[in-house]
Amino acid sequence: MKRYVYINDENLAKDIYCDNRISNRKYTIWNFLPKNLWEQFSRFMNQYFLLIACLQLWSLITPVNPASTWGPLIFIFAVSASKEAWDDYNRYLLDKKANEKEVWIVRQGIRKLIQAQDICIGNIVWLRENDEVPCDLVLLGTADPQGFCYVETAALDGETDLKTRSIPSACMGIDGVIECPSPDKDIRRFDANMRLFPPFLDNDVFPLTIKNTLLQSCYLRNTEWACGVAVYTVEDFYHVCVEMIRGICGIGNQTKLGMCRGIPEPKLTAVDAMIDKLTGAIFVFQIVVVIVLGIAGNVWKDTEGRKLWYVRYPKEGPWYELLVIPLRFELLCSIMIPISIKVSLDLVKSLYAKFIDWDDQMVDPETGIRSNATNTAISEDLGQVEYILTDKTGTLTENKMIFKRCCISGRFYGNESGDALTDAQLLNDVSTGSADVIKFLKVMAICNTVIPVRSKSGTISYKALSQDEEALVCAASRLRMIFENKNGNILDIKFNASPLRYEVLDTLEFTSDRKRMSVVVRDCQSGEIFLLSKGADETILPLTYTGQQVRTFAEAVEQYAQMGLRTLCLAWRKLDEGEYQEWASMFKEANSTLVDREWRVAEVCQRLEHDLEILGVAAIEDRLQEGVPETIETLRKAGINFWMLTGDKMNTAIQIALSCNFVSPEPKGQLLIIDGKTEDEVCRSLERVLLTTRITESEPKDVAFVVDGWALEIALKHYRKAFTELAILSRTAICCRVTPSQKAQLVELLKLCDYRTLAIGDGGNDVRMIQQADIGVGISGREGLQAARAADYSIGSVSGTSLFNSVSLMAYNVFYTSVPVLVSVLDKDLSERTAIVVFVITIHSYAFEKSEMEEVAMVALSGCIWLQAFVVALETNSFTILQHLAIWGNLLGFYVINWIVSAIPASGMYTIMFRLCKQPSYWVTMILIVATGMGPVLALKYLRYTYRSSKINILQQAERLGGPILSLGIIEPQSRSPLDKDLAPLSITQPKNRTSVYEPLLSESPSATRRSIGPAQRFDYFQSQSPLASTYTRKDN
Amino acid sequence: MNSGTPSSSAAGAGSADSTAPRRNSKRPKYSRFTQQELPACKPILTPKWVIGTFLLVSVIFIPIGVVSLFASRDVVEIVDRYETDCIPEALRNDKVGFIQSDRSKTCQRTLRVPKNMKQPIYVYYQLDNFYQNHRRYVKSRSDQQLRNNGSLQDTGPCKPEDNTAGGPIVPCGLIAWSLFNDTYGFTRNNQQLNVSKRDISWKSDREHKFGKNVFPRNFQNGTLRGGATLKPNVSLSEQEDLIVWMRTAALPTFRKLYGKIEVDLQRDDFINVTLENNYNTYSFSGKKKLVLSTTSWLGGKNDFVGIAYLTVGGLCFFLALVFLLIYLIKPRQLGDPSYLSWNRNPSGH
Repeated sequence: MKRYVYINDENLAKDIYCDNRISNRKYTIWNFLPKNLWEQFSRFMNQYFLLIACLQLWSLITPVNPASTWGPLIFIFAVSASKEAWDDYNRYLLDKKANEKEVWIVRQGIRKLIQAQDICIGNIVWLRENDEVPCDLVLLGTADPQGFCYVETAALDGETDLKTRSIPSACMGIDGVIECPSPDKDIRRFDANMRLFPPFLDNDVFPLTIKNTLLQSCYLRNTEWACGVAVYTVEDFYHVCVEMIRGICGIGNQTKLGMCRGIPEPKLTAVDAMIDKLTGAIFVFQIVVVIVLGIAGNVWKDTEGRKLWYVRYPKEGPWYELLVIPLRFELLCSIMIPISIKVSLDLVKSLYAKFIDWDDQMVDPETGIRSNATNTAISEDLGQVEYILTDKTGTLTENKMIFKRCCISGRFYGNESGDALTDAQLLNDVSTGSADVIKFLKVMAICNTVIPVRSKSGTISYKALSQDEEALVCAASRLRMIFENKNGNILDIKFNASPLRYEVLDTLEFTSDRKRMSVVVRDCQSGEIFLLSKGADETILPLTYTGQQVRTFAEAVEQYAQMGLRTLCLAWRKLDEGEYQEWASMFKEANSTLVDREWRVAEVCQRLEHDLEILGVAAIEDRLQEGVPETIETLRKAGINFWMLTGDKMNTAIQIALSCNFVSPEPKGQLLIIDGKTEDEVCRSLERVLLTTRITESEPKDVAFVVDGWALEIALKHYRKAFTELAILSRTAICCRVTPSQKAQLVELLKLCDYRTLAIGDGGNDVRMIQQADIGVGISGREGLQAARAADYSIGSVSGTSLFNSVSLMAYNVFYTSVPVLVSVLDKDLSERTAIVVFVITIHSYAFEKSEMEEVAMVALSGCIWLQAFVVALETNSFTILQHLAIWGNLLGFYVINWIVSAIPASGMYTIMFRLCKQPSYWVTMILIVATGMGPVLALKYLRYTYRSSKINILQQAERLGGPILSLGIIEPQSRSPLDKDLAPLSITQPKNRTSVYEPLLSESPSATRRSIGPAQRFDYFQSQSPLASTYTRKDN
Repeated sequence: MNSGTPSSSAAGAGSADSTAPRRNSKRPKYSRFTQQELPACKPILTPKWVIGTFLLVSVIFIPIGVVSLFASRDVVEIVDRYETDCIPEALRNDKVGFIQSDRSKTCQRTLRVPKNMKQPIYVYYQLDNFYQNHRRYVKSRSDQQLRNNGSLQDTGPCKPEDNTAGGPIVPCGLIAWSLFNDTYGFTRNNQQLNVSKRDISWKSDREHKFGKNVFPRNFQNGTLRGGATLKPNVSLSEQEDLIVWMRTAALPTFRKLYGKIEVDLQRDDFINVTLENNYNTYSFSGKKKLVLSTTSWLGGKNDFVGIAYLTVGGLCFFLALVFLLIYLIKPRQLGDPSYLSWNRNPSGH
């Protein structure tokens, strides 16, 4: 669908599209209550509680005071409703502020001040410097004579560099029509055309791109003024309809920003899902119980009950008589789903989220950005992650690129002792003006989209979109090829103090499909036209002119990749004027297509990028984050599978993987590569890998598979089953050259196999993966905030150790500490098992015959409370003062409250508690209940704990005894002393407190012979850090 | 979940550039709580601990069990079941008819004292299969009315025993209406044994639950006669049989205190009981028993506690031994990572 925007024609626009009013609100004052209640009651659990609460209003059947259900129910609803209301109110305030902001618009040549919400499509909006753009505009004019302006798009994509925007080349018009596609959410694309009405130019079509637009919520910088025509406003009638039809939502915010936000699908945690399932199952069980007991009750009543003269059943009951007993049973059973479970779970989850927010360890020391848990509901899943999918750049590595080596026309610069920048040979070549070197440096300096910004003091800093480009330009300037100024299309460069000037004719942009970028420039002195290209080796090297020896370059690429460096090939070609003109018109045409523009442009670019002369290879280092190898090792020891998804070359990826302990080096680990260009090749290679993996499954060998984007595409399309099996078998995978959507596909694949996945990444290309994963962790790093926004957790820090260890730490904390809480939440279940014990003992030991109802009830209740306290104590893994308070305070509180109640004469319980506490038989009964209830539990738990340990048990024991698993990553780096203390809860010092009892026993036992190497070797391992030692840890079973 | 996301993104739109400093200012004050660094003790189940615990429990429990068993054995109890024997043999095929007739229901029983019994000797009546805990029954009383003279009309929950033609019933409700009405008289060697009926109910009930100035009204005046009648001129707080009866029992088999004999009884004494067998337990085949019992510090005769303690203690000892044996025979290194599933099997899971 296209839309036509008539510039400056308000009447026309008003009919079709609506105004610019922002409304992010979910509710209005009037529909808040019904809508909110409706939403809350759409959950099964809430419906159930409501049903129970309503039944309790019927006094004939209720066994307890209705307030016991209504109170908590109303509380829960009030809390979540007021939270919603508060959120909505804040949204309203924000909207109001944005809506009432005053903006200038130009109407009939006169500037008028109106409120932002009154902007119509087709209005010309006039902005001053540092203004926020109120809606999506197409630029019409700027203060700059060449029609440029700069915008900061930080709010949109998180990138802090300034971007240039230009007015459409032939546009000073006032009337015209813009033909643009219906709103979508791609903030990097805007494929539209503009037609100006006569008398200006007769139906000539001008292509518009994203370069000609100002998107909502960007800021205008470094430009005195700019004006543009509104093309997408916030609320737009047409789109509301479309969206309603799609059923996505009723609010149509359709500026690019609005569309981008989207609605992430709510993530349900394992516990949530379990509780939902349990609730359903329990409900069914209840129904069965109610039916059985109800029938039994009615039968008893009619046969036996009528004989009890003292009860005086009426002869004829009302019609609903048969229902009374079943409903009573239903109410009695209703505590099987305790209403408190919901409250407790929500509270606990938000507390964990807060803990994550508060955690001082997860603060990036450089920027001071702390971690932020956006999604409070899924924290407990952090501890249950089985697969971690991680981005490489910026996540494992720092994304601080440094130019390290280069190879220019077969000569290698830079070696172990120093970078290329300090290489004397290179410096010498630069000063003598070796032609190849100069060409190489020129490409480094020109072939990019960097904007130099000169500060007051005269130093030049570079604002670049990609870290690679920044590294190249900086390196070039260190090598005396200084990129000084960019004035529109004119670039000023200074080499050895002699100025050079180039005009950029076209930019053939980088896309992840093309994996290269080129610029066409004209030398302003000589008038010659050049094509300068840089890109990945596999896209550049095949494009050379016939005859050029590419072998040295290929070797250089290989060699650099071996060192874990990112490589870029630089190339150039001189163009004929005619050839360029011919191509330029095609390029222009391709650029103005509305459909499949990206593909068309890529195709046209292809026509120019051939017969290149390779100038050299630049190698850039992407340094590993601090502590990454240790952390990965730790997590892998803990049984978490790691996948690395990267857009890098296979060799680079493998090198990085090796250097961060991702895969083990040769004899121990094995890398299986899946590649191939055709379906058959991929199929064969996949089968081979699968076979190898199956065979080695039982061996203590680390098998990792490596797959590149191309093979992955084929594997996912045609051999999904085989690939899935491989994915399950293999603990490590490296996927290189993958696209964002492939990343998301991989996450989905693992999720389909019922694994809990955590995706971590920092860039825009990770967003989809992060949204797709069970848990998304975004790093607010150099690549912008986009990932952080999409994520459930965002972390400011990019420093590896604290990051990963904190993640594991928080996972650990959440997991372990949630157990006791869940236990206490679920204590009803527990005590049901033990309730029989309590009941039997109470009846026999205390209550036999001379029992009085309230006393017996109280004894049984005390029994439950005692038993529960001990059961919780047994299930609690870590006692802090809080746990002690909760467990024993609960017990004490029980007595205090009951004493108080017993002191009130009017209450039914008057004096009962005092009476009980004076009786020895009460205390004897309590002790008996606790012992009888706990004995079997303790015994079973001990047996299971020691002889059928679960993973958690072993880890706990290991932690307690200073065992190796969790301390692995902590002992290793000595350099990390400041962080060591922070990890205290996780790390335990050397296993010194391993009691001496164990050793002699171990060696005596028959089974110990096999295992006896284990501890010794393992101990050794921690001392010596010998990489081989971990083989033994694996072998020893 | 849903609600948080739009709000944060809306905030982001307006003020993304200010998020960084704002986050900083939100930084909470350092505390060990927020950093989850509270000192923690993390006990794990080492064999030493578990075996020790079980041994300790058995060491404590066995003596307690012995002591309570002795205490229970010291209690002397005489139980006499009389509901069938007290009906003339000829009429035993229509027990309900007999109990509802106007015949004399006096019955003589003789009890032999098996051991010396020290005073006070408690006299209980025990009913069987009597559901004082029936929902309809339990609720059928008005505590307000029992406590206050002014709340005569407070008979709401008492249905169907709330009002007669002559006004509200005091005490109203099924519980009071079905008051137990068998009586016992004791003689030893033709000598009257005095049964004290004072202080058989809870003091708190007499003082706070049953009013001093509340007197029975219209009680057992209805068409259907229930159990015992009350003395019309005695306040409810002094009608101790009623107070005892109104403390409803939790189980269908229950004993209620009838009175106390405040003299010692000697071994092989014969006690004659003159019994008025008035109460109808025949319609629901309930048993009636007369119980004479002494008490110990643990209460009445109850071997269960002692046996249970001995059993639990014994089992704990047994478990401790078993665990010790297992531990000695098949020791297991705690926290050995080689037992981790993923270390055992590289494919995991």
